[in-house]
Amino acid sequence: MRALRRLYAAFFLGLFLLFLWLSDFKRLQGYAVDLFLQADPLTALAGWLTSGTLYQGMAWALVILLPTFFFGRFFCSWICPLGILNQFTGWLWSGLRPSEHYTLNAYRPSFRLKYYLLAILLILAAGGALQTGLLDPIALVTRSFIAGLFPAANAVGLPVYLQAPLFQGGVVLALLFIALIVANRILPRFWCRVICPLGALLGVAALVSPFRIRRNVAACTGCKKCLEFCQGGCDPHDRLRVSECHLCFNCLEQCPEGALRYGMVAEGDSVHRSLDLDKRRLLETVVAVAVFHPMANAALSSHAAAMPGVIRPPGSLPEADFLARCIKCAQCMRVCPTNVLQPALLEGGLNGLWTPVLINHRGYCEHHCVLCGQVCPTGAIRAISVAEKLGSPPHAKPVKLGTAFFDQGRCLPWAMHTPCIVCEEVCPTSPKAIWYKKVELPGRNGQPVALKQPYVDPGLCIGCGICENKCPVTDMAAIRVTSVGETRSSANQMLLKNGVPSR
Amino acid sequence: MLRELALAGGLAVGTGAGGWLVFSREPVRHDPVVARTLKDFRVAADPHYPVLAVVRGQRVEAMVREAVEKLGGMSRFIAKGDTVLLKPNIGWDRQPQQAANTNPEVVAALVRLCREAGAKRVQVSDFSLNDPPRCFQRSGIEQAAREAGGQVILPGQNDFVLTRMDGQMLKEWPVVRFLHEADKVINIPVAKHHSLSGCTLAMKNWYGMIGGRRNQLHQDIHTSIADLASAMRPTLTVMDATRVLKRNGPTGGNPDDVSEENTLVAGLDEVAIDSWSLRFFDLQPTQVPYLALGHARGLGTPDWRSLNVVESQIG
Repeated sequence: MRALRRLYAAFFLGLFLLFLWLSDFKRLQGYAVDLFLQADPLTALAGWLTSGTLYQGMAWALVILLPTFFFGRFFCSWICPLGILNQFTGWLWSGLRPSEHYTLNAYRPSFRLKYYLLAILLILAAGGALQTGLLDPIALVTRSFIAGLFPAANAVGLPVYLQAPLFQGGVVLALLFIALIVANRILPRFWCRVICPLGALLGVAALVSPFRIRRNVAACTGCKKCLEFCQGGCDPHDRLRVSECHLCFNCLEQCPEGALRYGMVAEGDSVHRSLDLDKRRLLETVVAVAVFHPMANAALSSHAAAMPGVIRPPGSLPEADFLARCIKCAQCMRVCPTNVLQPALLEGGLNGLWTPVLINHRGYCEHHCVLCGQVCPTGAIRAISVAEKLGSPPHAKPVKLGTAFFDQGRCLPWAMHTPCIVCEEVCPTSPKAIWYKKVELPGRNGQPVALKQPYVDPGLCIGCGICENKCPVTDMAAIRVTSVGETRSSANQMLLKNGVPSR
Repeated sequence: MLRELALAGGLAVGTGAGGWLVFSREPVRHDPVVARTLKDFRVAADPHYPVLAVVRGQRVEAMVREAVEKLGGMSRFIAKGDTVLLKPNIGWDRQPQQAANTNPEVVAALVRLCREAGAKRVQVSDFSLNDPPRCFQRSGIEQAAREAGGQVILPGQNDFVLTRMDGQMLKEWPVVRFLHEADKVINIPVAKHHSLSGCTLAMKNWYGMIGGRRNQLHQDIHTSIADLASAMRPTLTVMDATRVLKRNGPTGGNPDDVSEENTLVAGLDEVAIDSWSLRFFDLQPTQVPYLALGHARGLGTPDWRSLNVVESQIG
């Protein structure tokens, strides 16, 4: 069983990495690279709470959740890439005596924490704030690979990205990932046992499973050998804690008496323990979050008012719906060819931490590219076609991310009598959204200087940001895009002819 | 006592010697960067052949063959075992019919001609403005060049070497290293509109071989174009005017801006080729200052009428 589990673990970890590797323009050929994220029951449940729907591929989550009701938490040791990584690194570091393993693998009250975290995340979701992505293992490990490990691989010469990417705040994501891997040295599978809210959800589901590890009380001599390699800390030697058991089956192989087996109940089996939760603590948690959440909502954020720097990828839902869908997995940042998609810090408020925003200083939205919507597992960025993005028939208008504005105090032809109009050259729309007036101005010494002074046509500008990105005024461009005019918002508009704002 | 003295003296001498060795007036030590000089890729002029060959027609491959044949055949330009660099315009994430990039069939035909002439390696490269992998793929040039036996190279950050340009604006500038490594170079521009320079033709195509802060060059675009054309002297130039982008260049994007002209202009004189091609944009050589600059520097003549130009029409 152990060998079989390792085979599955290697396969699913490999599959996960393969999907991440495939996620770019050159290799993405319609593969379901977001399968792991879509099959995540916590994402599905929380997303359903925030949005009222189980969006498309999220139904895959049932493939994980439904069998858990019958067979227990098989996902954690057999499929979950983070669980597999934790198991592997914990095993690497286990240079301990058996007696020490018994101590480490014994159940601890701290294992309750994950259930409280699950409660917090679900209450937030019920209130409309989707924050599961912060701690959901699939989103977390996806994000860590995309913004931490893969860029590092690129830096040492392994070309995972076609061009070396940079992510703002990437060091925080990297450090968090390193910390949770190193934590396995202190307590094996620390993350899975103590923190993981998805594990907690599956643990709750596993409570009713008819198939589980059973111990024949008569045959058991109480040697505790089963505990030496126990992955869940689920007390197989005693009254098994079903909600903690990862179904690694190590205990079965260790038992010298053959007293342990996996299956339905039989005569002589030990009884099992239910969920270990402090009801008062749970109630306190629920009340605290229920009080905190409206207070947090009373803070100014992109959710409450349009923010100039919160420019979302093409096809993104309106901000409130976007935040109700985005799990911060960073898949969109993986496929973005220009690296313009960056994990937000607090530009849009606390709620939007690590959600994708366009930072044109770094890249720009490639005119014919719609890859981000194709890999978004939750539909926060809708999968749009190139025709829809460009507004070619039958679509009436192109998708607008924002509008570009000239900073005439920094623009070379406007402020410094210097020819330029790089912005006009690179503008991808046809006709170009940037146009110019030919002027002849007296220079400093009175000599006339012929110049082309550029303007933005706000009706044509799509906010792609290539003008800002290629502007020769490199530290802070003389033309900059803000979110106003974005297609996805009926409120964040400035032009009367585009319709009177409904809010 | 003697031991302590010897030890202290040794340390003092060692410290002093170490300090003297690493002492410098420069705050940070750097290896001196030596700028390399570009080769002149031209072959000897030959009065037997025309300076410009204009071919009109529908079949691109045949047109390319005809144009090169009129100029003396590929063996005049390419020797056996040469490494040839082809420089089409692959600047934008656009499809061939949008005419923002060189027609892939022209590139493929030239790859084949070079191979037939015995070139050891035929490389195709350009430094795109949009995302390079997308530009190479969607322009159709990557696939066409590969299938024709060419080697497609996307320049990375480390593929640029500082190069002496000795121009008026451009003194030293980073240039794609494949240009230094090639034996022969063929310029394959596409005729396009451009707001600042009036048009993007052969001389301006050299932007795609340089790195650095090339968006600064707009500030004196005509001198920059002349500087680039003075530093980079190709073996052969084949201007793609099969489809011409008449407006909203150099990016295009709208099929309405594209005109089917079904023309190729090949030759050795970039100034003459560019001047000849101005007809697509209703411009006169006097309206495009970089042509006069090029003429003044001896790069060629804008007066193509004075040259031996052969025109032919094929099926």
